[in-house]
Amino acid sequence: MISTILIVGGGQAGAQAIDTLRREGFGGRLVLIGDEPELPYQRPPLSKKYLSGEMAADRLPFRHRSFYEDHRVELKLGRRAARLDAAARQLELEDGETLSYDRLLLCLGAASRRLTCPGAALPGVRYLRALEDVPPIQSACKPGARVVVIGGGYIGLETAATCLKMGCAVTVLEMADRVMNRVVAPCVSEYFALEHRTHGVNVICDMRVTRLDGGDRVEWVTCADGSRHPADLVIVGVGAVATTELARAAGLDCDDGIVVDEYCRTSDAAIYAAGDCTNHPSPRFGRRVRLESVDNAFEQAKSAALNLLGRRMAHDRVPWFWSDQFDNKLLIVGLSQGYDRQVLRGDPAARIFSVCYLKGRELLAVEAVNHSKDYMAARKLIAERAMLDPDKLGHSDLALKEAV
Amino acid sequence: MPKIVFTEPGGARREIAAPLGITLMEVARQHGVQGVVAQCGGACACATCHAYIDPAWAARLPPREEMEEAMLETAWEPRDNSRLSCQIHITADLDGLEVAVPQKQGS
Repeated sequence: MISTILIVGGGQAGAQAIDTLRREGFGGRLVLIGDEPELPYQRPPLSKKYLSGEMAADRLPFRHRSFYEDHRVELKLGRRAARLDAAARQLELEDGETLSYDRLLLCLGAASRRLTCPGAALPGVRYLRALEDVPPIQSACKPGARVVVIGGGYIGLETAATCLKMGCAVTVLEMADRVMNRVVAPCVSEYFALEHRTHGVNVICDMRVTRLDGGDRVEWVTCADGSRHPADLVIVGVGAVATTELARAAGLDCDDGIVVDEYCRTSDAAIYAAGDCTNHPSPRFGRRVRLESVDNAFEQAKSAALNLLGRRMAHDRVPWFWSDQFDNKLLIVGLSQGYDRQVLRGDPAARIFSVCYLKGRELLAVEAVNHSKDYMAARKLIAERAMLDPDKLGHSDLALKEAV
Repeated sequence: MPKIVFTEPGGARREIAAPLGITLMEVARQHGVQGVVAQCGGACACATCHAYIDPAWAARLPPREEMEEAMLETAWEPRDNSRLSCQIHITADLDGLEVAVPQKQGS
């Protein structure tokens, strides 16, 4: 009999698990423990409309407080889980409170990877991941302020676009030879670099930051080639690391994330995990993955909640991702690793195109720029393991779903 | 505040006072209206906030833009009165709007 379920982590996954558990009829004690003081909220707007001030704070939470009251959820927010005793099925909070559980769901998320070069700890060096990170960035983003963004990935580029809109002079320093190099094809990188440059962002690739300098606060960013970039504010977006300390200390298997099976079970039978913190199998793609995405947090938490209640449901979804930069929408579905052929559909100069990744005739992934049609068709085709005709695929006037 | 009436997939009716300026999707999600999944939070990237607008009201809303149109094509059972609720902003003249949530979201 499961009478108490604890959820640690109040992000997308934690919020979704609550929803599914109650909708599926769990009537026992349900406790959400989160180290941030706010009600569970959406992170994607933090680098976009919330940062720019276009979106008010009261639009960030997924649910009103009344939802949690109505669904009898005990919220322990602003409280950090300090120690997990898996054998005794007990969780101890930092303030000393100890909670017993029948089932525990870990939705610990990920944390910003920290810069380690000299000067990295200077005031004025910022990361953007949580609500509390936003106000200091906002107050520094005065018109004319010089902002240096370290890292040309999703967060770096979205933040750069927003800071530019706020009137700042923005430089992006990317270590690789192109922006978003780990997640998109070269022509997509090229398209977005050009978009940023056209709007006035100074995008510099092949540029490794070696040190930050300043007196009371950061003033200069120095790179390996000796170049120096003046900065009133530095925003670091160099990736994220799965949060696993609590699990690791409790003896759960961890390997670039908390290791779970397709039923979201950790190495302890009473403990499940979901979201950015997990290393999980993808049955569709035949390998283990760790995904940082809203979609995976949502779907895996849903699966975890069902499995917690004893309904066996494998977490087997085609992942998808999106990014908004200026007026462009980048939509990615599937995982491209292992592809042997890329096919471009449309013309980047027309500002609407997509890149399809094939392994033989099997569609593995699609990156769509302002191309919702290809993206939506691809979601279905990839899930169905559709076999496509590469030659037909190249004819962009032919709908993607017709390229079979 | 205008009142919006949602009919959930199970048939339950929920009358909710909606603040101006936010979207129909946000109203539904904040109050936990069943069936409005809204994974992407309004970025027009997932088509999981699909809703049927009462036909008497559908024509009074600003028309669908191209992106919404493309997303709806692959939604579950799209109809002439289908909309992505994240693309509809609450205004005072929407008082009394009737919205039905489909049985399923996604394609």
